Amino acid sequence: MSQNMPQLESEIRKFIAENMLFSADGFNYGDNDSLLEAGIVDSIGVMELVSFVDKTYKITVPPEDISPDNFDSINRLANYIRLKQGAGRA
Amino acid sequence: MCAIVGILNFAGAASPTEAALRRMLAMVRHRGPDQFGIYLGDQVGLGNARLSIIDLSGGQQPIANEDESLWIVFNGEIFNYIELKAELEAKGHRFSTNTDTEVILHLYEEHGSECLSRLNGQFAIAIWNERDRSLFLARDRVGVRPLFYTLTGGALIFASEVKSILADPRVQAGIDPLAVDQIFNYWSTLSPRTCFRGIVDVPPGHYALAKEGRMTVKPYWKLDWSANVLESSAPATSGSRKGTSSVNYLEEFRDLLTDATRVRLRADVPVGAYLSGGLDSSVIAAIVRKLGVSRLDTFSIAFSDPKFDESEHQRSMARFLGTEHQVVHATHADIGRAFYDVIWHTETPVMRTSPAPMFLLSKLVRERKFKVVLTGEGADEFLAGYDIFKEAKIRRFWAQNAGSKWRSLLLKRLYPDITELGTAGNSYLAAFFGAGLMETNAPDYSHAVRWRNNRRTCRFFSKDFAAAITEQRNNEGAELSYPDGFQTWGSLEKAQFLEASIFLSQYLLSSQGDRVAMAHSVEGRYPFLDVRVVEFCNRLPSRLKLRGLTEKYLLRQLAKEYLPAEILRRRKRPYRAPIHRSFFNEDAPAYVREMLSAESVKNSRIFNPVAVSQLAARLEQGKAVGETDDMALVGILSTQLVYRRFISNFKADATLTGHDDVKVVCRRTADQVRSCA
Repeated sequence: MSQNMPQLESEIRKFIAENMLFSADGFNYGDNDSLLEAGIVDSIGVMELVSFVDKTYKITVPPEDISPDNFDSINRLANYIRLKQGAGRA
Repeated sequence: MCAIVGILNFAGAASPTEAALRRMLAMVRHRGPDQFGIYLGDQVGLGNARLSIIDLSGGQQPIANEDESLWIVFNGEIFNYIELKAELEAKGHRFSTNTDTEVILHLYEEHGSECLSRLNGQFAIAIWNERDRSLFLARDRVGVRPLFYTLTGGALIFASEVKSILADPRVQAGIDPLAVDQIFNYWSTLSPRTCFRGIVDVPPGHYALAKEGRMTVKPYWKLDWSANVLESSAPATSGSRKGTSSVNYLEEFRDLLTDATRVRLRADVPVGAYLSGGLDSSVIAAIVRKLGVSRLDTFSIAFSDPKFDESEHQRSMARFLGTEHQVVHATHADIGRAFYDVIWHTETPVMRTSPAPMFLLSKLVRERKFKVVLTGEGADEFLAGYDIFKEAKIRRFWAQNAGSKWRSLLLKRLYPDITELGTAGNSYLAAFFGAGLMETNAPDYSHAVRWRNNRRTCRFFSKDFAAAITEQRNNEGAELSYPDGFQTWGSLEKAQFLEASIFLSQYLLSSQGDRVAMAHSVEGRYPFLDVRVVEFCNRLPSRLKLRGLTEKYLLRQLAKEYLPAEILRRRKRPYRAPIHRSFFNEDAPAYVREMLSAESVKNSRIFNPVAVSQLAARLEQGKAVGETDDMALVGILSTQLVYRRFISNFKADATLTGHDDVKVVCRRTADQVRSCA
């Protein structure tokens, strides 16, 4: 995507391309697009995103956080990770 | 049960040759290995491959009427042929065989295309009229028996299976991109489209008439729920009408289903029954016993994978019914191996492996020397057994009670298998099933969620293929069409229409029904699809189908008379078969890897090779995949197989030989007659 995309967004995008789309080729979606509505994640996909966040960013996601508000777009997920990382440091 | 084939050359073209018809028949030998028949006229050729079930010695086709002006080839059964024959004899018709085939012919002579309204059966018919040189093709109401055709090179070429049509050198097979897109969305094409460009079906409940170079296709019967609207809105207060009528409905239902089963036992060979362990097939088997059949052989599938296995219930049902029960065991490897041949028979990509165990089951039936089985198909559609009907009802409830706490609880009741998200994912579940929630006036309200979810599988299409689909869609317009009066039907009945016209007719009865049974010369018969039963069910008030969240209410009432309470209480598990473990296991067949290889995928140009390789790699590593990726895997693999076996490497089977029993009727005019030799 665009070169000046922040690194976190681009990491999420790469993970989705490799594990959910299987190929980013021909698949255009915006950072605010709903991953559910775009048909990118299903129920297994959600759990994979959770475990990706857990493993890659060392964030334990409590059950109540697993919601479309936090996970359903590139931007929402990036914001959620930043928030949690910030909270961890504080 | 049989197959039919034929060629009608329009003006100018040479007469169809016997060799051409022999080639077409050889392709469908599995459907009717007992006898063959060929009719040769000046511009027409008809063929039949016969599986002898009624009038074993006297029924070889083609068959003519008294003055030999009408000639028929026929695939199927007319269950009320005995009653119709008596009527026709009273009108002076003389019969030369004891077959149901000949009954159709005389009935056609008497009534023309109107004759179809009198037939209670499952059929594909071709009748050539020598007098007015017209060809009449017809197919049963819900599409139990297949019938395909193409118009090419000045000819109409038709057959029970596409492979016979492809055996004609004038036909060039190609994939229809929009058809593949439909399959990935709806799990089947929408009639009349097939996955082959230019080859279509005679839609269920339709007939076609070809005459003087023109062809017209018309419906003679339609799925119709307008009587349900009247019944459902009848005042409940008029006397004790509501209470009394439920009892009346039950009595009428018992009589109809019993008679539908009774006439389906008409055969000159023994009739067996499939037993899934569920309500529908169990009730049918119980009725057979009640009709006084002393020995009933039942057949079922046991899965090595406990997630899919129902064999314990099947055994206890068989014990209760006192049947001679026989079981085929299906392992993951068995399913993966069989799938290669299964696609040769389905002749279409599929999104499920479920046809494969049915293919193994019909093999067992054939090995046990049975040609005919009764099955329970149709009850889920016409008496409202599927979860999708409940799901739609729940979503409508939500739409009226937005924010209800019951949302996720109701969903869990509906889908106890959805465990991956645990309690954490409630808001996600609501997001999945809440999409389009408020659009309760949409005609496809019941199915839109499922179809939207299925669409995820389309992300594997190559860029060019996706572009071809878009272009075709723009040029060819709306895909789904709704019948007159649809908007006035109830919400359950709208959902039933979509389920019956798409899933039942286009997938269940073909890929999972006729095609995999006929692969082993086995004929399925469906009491719930008797026209009288279907029309009765479609009059029923909705409350006698889906009452609250209890499915098939009326059938449950009837079943109480036949079956133990434990069976009735048991939660039905939908019939399904394992997917990725069937193709990725220690004994995985070699074709799987080959079909999914980057090279094969590049050659067919349908899918994105990188995406397919990554999906395959993920499965090789044993990583979890979701429902839609499972679906995509079957869809990709079967599409690749269709491409390989029907398009890039199509092989016509050897033709009929001197060992085959072939009856040839030559009806060519004097100057043409030499060409019969």
